[in-house]
Amino acid sequence: MANFYTDHPEIKFNLESSPLMQRIVELKENGYADKDSFDYAPEDYADAIDSYNRVLEVAGDITANTIFPNSEDVDAEGPHCEDGRVRYASKTYENLEATRKAGLNGVTMPRRFGGLNFPITAYTAINEMIASADAGFENIWSLQDCIETLYEFGDEDQRSRFIPRVCAGETMSMDLTEPDAGSDLQRVMLKATYSEEDKCWYLNGVKRFITNGDSDIHLVLARSEEGTHDGRGLSMFIYDKRDGGVNVRRIENKLGIHGSPTCELVYKNAKAELCGRRKFGLIKYVMALMNGARLGIAAQSVGISQMAYNEALAYAKDRKQFGQAIVNFPAVYEMISNIKARLDAGRALLYQTARYVDIYKGLEDIERTRKLTDEEKAELKRYQKLASACTPLAKGMNSEYANLNAYDSIQVHGGSGYMLEYACQRLYRDARITSIYEGTTQLQTVAALPHITTGTYSQMLEELEAGEVAAEYESLKARAKAMDAKFNEAIETVKAANNNEFTDLCSRHLYELAANCVMSQLMLRDATKAPELFEKSMKVYLNLAEAEVAKHYNFVKSLNVDAMESYKQA
Amino acid sequence: MSLKIVVLAKQVPDTRNVGPDAMTEQGTINRAALPAVFNPEDLNALEQALRLKDQFPGSTISVLTMGLPKSAEVVREALYRGADEGFVVTDRPLGGADTLATSYTLAQAVKKIGDYDIILGGRQAIDGDTAQVGPQIAEKLGLTQVTYAEEILSLDEKARKVVIRRHIDGGVETVEAPLPLVVTVNGSAAPCRPRSAKRLMKFKNATVVAERKPEDAEKYEALIAKKPYLNIPQWGAADIDADPAQIGKAGSPTNVKAVKNIVFKAKESRTLTASDADVEGLIKELLDGKIIG
Repeated sequence: MANFYTDHPEIKFNLESSPLMQRIVELKENGYADKDSFDYAPEDYADAIDSYNRVLEVAGDITANTIFPNSEDVDAEGPHCEDGRVRYASKTYENLEATRKAGLNGVTMPRRFGGLNFPITAYTAINEMIASADAGFENIWSLQDCIETLYEFGDEDQRSRFIPRVCAGETMSMDLTEPDAGSDLQRVMLKATYSEEDKCWYLNGVKRFITNGDSDIHLVLARSEEGTHDGRGLSMFIYDKRDGGVNVRRIENKLGIHGSPTCELVYKNAKAELCGRRKFGLIKYVMALMNGARLGIAAQSVGISQMAYNEALAYAKDRKQFGQAIVNFPAVYEMISNIKARLDAGRALLYQTARYVDIYKGLEDIERTRKLTDEEKAELKRYQKLASACTPLAKGMNSEYANLNAYDSIQVHGGSGYMLEYACQRLYRDARITSIYEGTTQLQTVAALPHITTGTYSQMLEELEAGEVAAEYESLKARAKAMDAKFNEAIETVKAANNNEFTDLCSRHLYELAANCVMSQLMLRDATKAPELFEKSMKVYLNLAEAEVAKHYNFVKSLNVDAMESYKQA
Repeated sequence: MSLKIVVLAKQVPDTRNVGPDAMTEQGTINRAALPAVFNPEDLNALEQALRLKDQFPGSTISVLTMGLPKSAEVVREALYRGADEGFVVTDRPLGGADTLATSYTLAQAVKKIGDYDIILGGRQAIDGDTAQVGPQIAEKLGLTQVTYAEEILSLDEKARKVVIRRHIDGGVETVEAPLPLVVTVNGSAAPCRPRSAKRLMKFKNATVVAERKPEDAEKYEALIAKKPYLNIPQWGAADIDADPAQIGKAGSPTNVKAVKNIVFKAKESRTLTASDADVEGLIKELLDGKIIG
């Protein structure tokens, strides 16, 4: 029987292969403190890894045998709005039932609230499998990671009231954007008013483009400080659907991810409670929320790429033209190998990022109970920085790759791929949003830019270069090193121009340089560890990356402040 | 009210992966050579049990299986999906049992579990396809039986009655029956829910004695002292008070005389034209012969 986990050994490799994993589990399990109080808690590292693997196999089973077979019907039916409420496509309920029965909710939450207490790295593996089965359903399922933010910034009372509900399978949403506040969330107008009489907050206004907007528990960004106009007047609130006051006015008609309802919400005196401190809504909490969500979209993108690869390969092996399977033609196998290379490289970056996030979040969690040692503080700082540098890289690159891969997957299918019978057309439509929501690729480059100019990536590359590779890969490593040198040279060129607009114009190119260099190094590392899985795609990826690096390097080197004029639009 | 539910489950060779050594020379199944799976219709039965438990909290589900020590896998699987406990009946003298000896053995084991309201099992196992064991157990225990069940529609606690929809030729039939009873569940019933992540982690190290390596005895003893639910009770013939003459080969009047490969061959063929008259004629003939319809 198909299983999205055991059928794709690359996921298991990414879960287990890193030496950081030991530290991640140690932090997450806090000295295996739960082992006597919870019957499903691990006793040691090996036990924890074994449990992750087993649960991922369950997820692999559900995704392959329930969610994926349902995906075509969900895509065709979609959700609809009825009396202010969302009705999912009928098979979405089946999917929800399956993930709830399997207990794949509150995956990262502590056991005392009913969670599985899994690291984000393991959660990411479930996430990508669900996305490869149905990227729209992944939205609904993975919004559970909003609970991380409530866990981190809510008080103990709020934690104990809301987290167990999410662990039991209630869904979440993050209500951020409004008609005039998309990428620019500082413009949020939804009004939060405190009632001294009722001792609670009331929300009034409209939110737009809210994914899974009729969820059970909402995190809402609203203006709590009357008269303010920027991000400092915004706070974060928890709205509980059980209290009522929020209705769905309409569901958007979208190009893809049809299973995921994108809602316009009307708040009419909706009772809500403050989460965390006033005025910290955007500047702290939403940033935390978005970073989690961006990692989620990176996983969603990898899932789509995996399915784009599976569909392309299966079709190319099956389809015969000119007397043979089309997979034998160089023009076709090159496309498929490129998909695989981008998939493997993007996945390596995804899990590298997830590990960084796990370590810093693990330390932050320990910090809630005791003071960290100086060593731990330094470790926290290091991984926070790496996570903050790699998250925009993983999100932006994987989402762009998902689009390229879905495009190539249709191309492999030829005319049949353009017809609605094959899954590749759904992947193509579903992929399109990944490079837009939770911050467009253009905004990912903005987030990455400080790490480009201050040398976070350059230092990462230096550390990766110091790693051993298989002897037969030495010449490949030299090529990768030469790419890193070009990246560093490009940074210097941009810095020397000392012009902000020029830097902004070059930022996408520097971003691509950084990402291609980092992924090349990661692929060399992984192919050294598991050549049977990655040698081919590492070699293909280096070819792709080298060409990309040359392209972006040339752009930066040939552009100057005067030449910028050609790009400006009236 | 809470119910005491027994689910009969069998580990069967995966018939999707049958190789040349699938059968022994004696004409019985070579279980050691085939990958083993949870008999599919037993999973349908387990789901019906779990639904009853959802409806009547506090109910307990005991899974009972008979087979080689490794059939404990079936019990673990059921524990992962929501069963409360399991028992493995395994013993050398029980080997080679036909349906008569099997149903006797299982009936003895059910008696040992005791105090049941409803016994559920799959309609039949994919290795033997007899559909005899469930009904025979009902007879041996003197219970009502409902076969080919698709869904337990309702259960009245006070009147101690169940209403069950059965799958029959060409339709469905709704029947009412008294508790306690035996129900065999058809493959058209709801599929079984997935494993639960927490239960999987809780029960993953559950074993029967016969699965444990002697050198690990101490390790298991310590483990089970701490977590008693990791011991799956293992019963031999003596534990269930079985009459040696009624178990295993001794208790099995069935003898396999020969095993033959049957190849279906078309004996005759006819050529029809694409004319409406020819096609209609064929449809009528197939309908009359009850081949379709």
